[in-house]
Amino acid sequence: MYEVRFHGRGGQGAVTAARLLADAAFREGKEVQSFPIFGVERRGAPVAAFTRIDDKPIDIKTQIYEPDVVIALDSTLIGVIDVADGLKDNGKIVINSKKKPADFKFGDTRVYTLDATEIATKHGLGTKTNPIINTAILGAYAKVIGNIGMAAIEQSIENNVPIKKEENKNAAREAYQVMEA
Amino acid sequence: MKITIGAINDKPGSSKNYKTGSWRTLKPVINLEKCKKCWLCKQLCPEGCITKKEEGPQINYDYCKGCGICAHECTFDAIIMELEER
Amino acid sequence: MTKMTIMGNMATALGAKLCRPHVIPAYPITPSTLFPEKISEFIANGEMDGEMIRVESEHSAMSAAIGASATGARVCTASASQGIALMHEMLFIASGMRLPIVMAVGNRALSAPINIWCDHQDTISERDVGWLQFYAEKNQEGLDLMILAFKICEDKRVLLPGMVGIDAFVLTHTVEGVDVPDQKLVDDFLPPYKPEKYLDARTPITFGSFGTPEFYQEFKYAQVKAMEESEKVIDEAFREYKKVFGRTYQKITPYRCEDADMVILTLGSMSGTARAAVDILREEGKKAGCIKMTVYRPFPGKELIDVSKNAKVIAVLDRDITPGLGGALYADVAAQFVNRTAHPVILNYILGLGGRDIVINDFKEIYDKSHQALEKGIQNPVEWINLNKEIL
Repeated sequence: MYEVRFHGRGGQGAVTAARLLADAAFREGKEVQSFPIFGVERRGAPVAAFTRIDDKPIDIKTQIYEPDVVIALDSTLIGVIDVADGLKDNGKIVINSKKKPADFKFGDTRVYTLDATEIATKHGLGTKTNPIINTAILGAYAKVIGNIGMAAIEQSIENNVPIKKEENKNAAREAYQVMEA
Repeated sequence: MKITIGAINDKPGSSKNYKTGSWRTLKPVINLEKCKKCWLCKQLCPEGCITKKEEGPQINYDYCKGCGICAHECTFDAIIMELEER
Repeated sequence: MTKMTIMGNMATALGAKLCRPHVIPAYPITPSTLFPEKISEFIANGEMDGEMIRVESEHSAMSAAIGASATGARVCTASASQGIALMHEMLFIASGMRLPIVMAVGNRALSAPINIWCDHQDTISERDVGWLQFYAEKNQEGLDLMILAFKICEDKRVLLPGMVGIDAFVLTHTVEGVDVPDQKLVDDFLPPYKPEKYLDARTPITFGSFGTPEFYQEFKYAQVKAMEESEKVIDEAFREYKKVFGRTYQKITPYRCEDADMVILTLGSMSGTARAAVDILREEGKKAGCIKMTVYRPFPGKELIDVSKNAKVIAVLDRDITPGLGGALYADVAAQFVNRTAHPVILNYILGLGGRDIVINDFKEIYDKSHQALEKGIQNPVEWINLNKEIL
């Protein structure tokens, strides 16, 4: 079983990102589960969402406490909350940031960064102050985590994103290309 | 009588068979000379047992429970409540 | 059949849509709001041919459901928590008038303190209103049980309303892969609802008329007999469902119980976690098993005795509480065994109230506590799990 935790702020699309990833995995024949942290959402407040992926039916219904991957949609969350909380020893962190991975201090944990904000803005997703970066970050996920293919991610965007389907797919593709695995 | 599913009664209007006049101790009596045919008593009777007639209101004593609302409301004191010994 | 990833509320809404209800009176409440939202969207898009009634409260929703159902319409609604509590008096009327209304529930805690999260108190508290009760473990079951509920409730031998519970957030807002059956198959499985008697202005009848002391007890007896009769109807419907749709349902589903010393009885979404926990306990050499209860009313007592009579202990997990007694499910289970000369020790664990996550460690603790009770004697038959005593 593979467990992913998304961190973002209310309104940034963490819940949608978790859902898109689950749907992509489902399209590859995997068993999936995705859910938001069970709370009251407010725009701007830190939120989390989760995705479980497995080859066999997923029986477990608990929240995720020891994720394999953490994805931070907003680097300003780091320091506000412990994004690496419970991360597995060989876990990975993907951060939306202009900075380099080495600029983040998470011990031995492998850190990846992507300027998803710039990619999203370039493709006209959201506004400069509130870019919608969740599809770009999924492109990065496909590259560095590698357990879900880009084709499935694009298919998931096609089926679940109500507007700007092409722009979202292009953002994911660009992120996949520029990301260093 | 056998019970039905859902307490359904498929012979509607059976409450007509239940004559509530026996509940009455005081009986409204109309003085047609004082009556101005304003029909307030007919409007206000909770049992709907006062009907309009040419000569004035007519009370159906089969169903009148003797509540006295008609007598209380009559502006012209045309209705009095009489003790009814049966 | 279409496979898609959907939330639990969408699963029950799609289940309802496939049953072609004529009337859907509903009042939105967290966590089941998505149900009426989706139904009104289906109708607005022309995908569904039903009448949605927007009412001013849950009491009115159930009142409208009763009126509509008495005209012979197929009726469904959705609610949760305080909404169901507000419906309470109308729930008795629906069952007394023998109207097969189906309600999707997002199982949620009751105030106070106000809490929107998962808990079974809302439906457990309605165990005496004469409705059939089903609990889903996952979204697929939520969809399937909606269809099954209509099939069972509308059977002439039953004619009672039913509720299908999906856990707040753990299912209502969780996305899972779900097989959505073809409309044609559902149409064949669930023929139109055709009651013998219904409200029609041309031939007036009265529903739920006055029941004096000479009759009331017999009405209730007949209603209870219909609930008992539903046991057979449920088994038939489950068998037919398996044949048509390929998915297996049982009133209770045992897991690794054959040689188990201890069986854990669960309702709802915690049942999956229980199976995962049993696997871990077995790896540690502990002979644990678990039973998922899908049908809570009528209470599957015979089935429960069958699968658990050889265990040393039954741990009954309650995500509800009857203050001054213990869990409601515990009392139900104990009643099944009380007249048997030999039976397992029956212990009760209260857990997961108000959305407290139920995790693998909770099951380990339950196993250890039960084991200790067997060896050293029962200290307290009703224990609270994962209780933070520091803040008391």
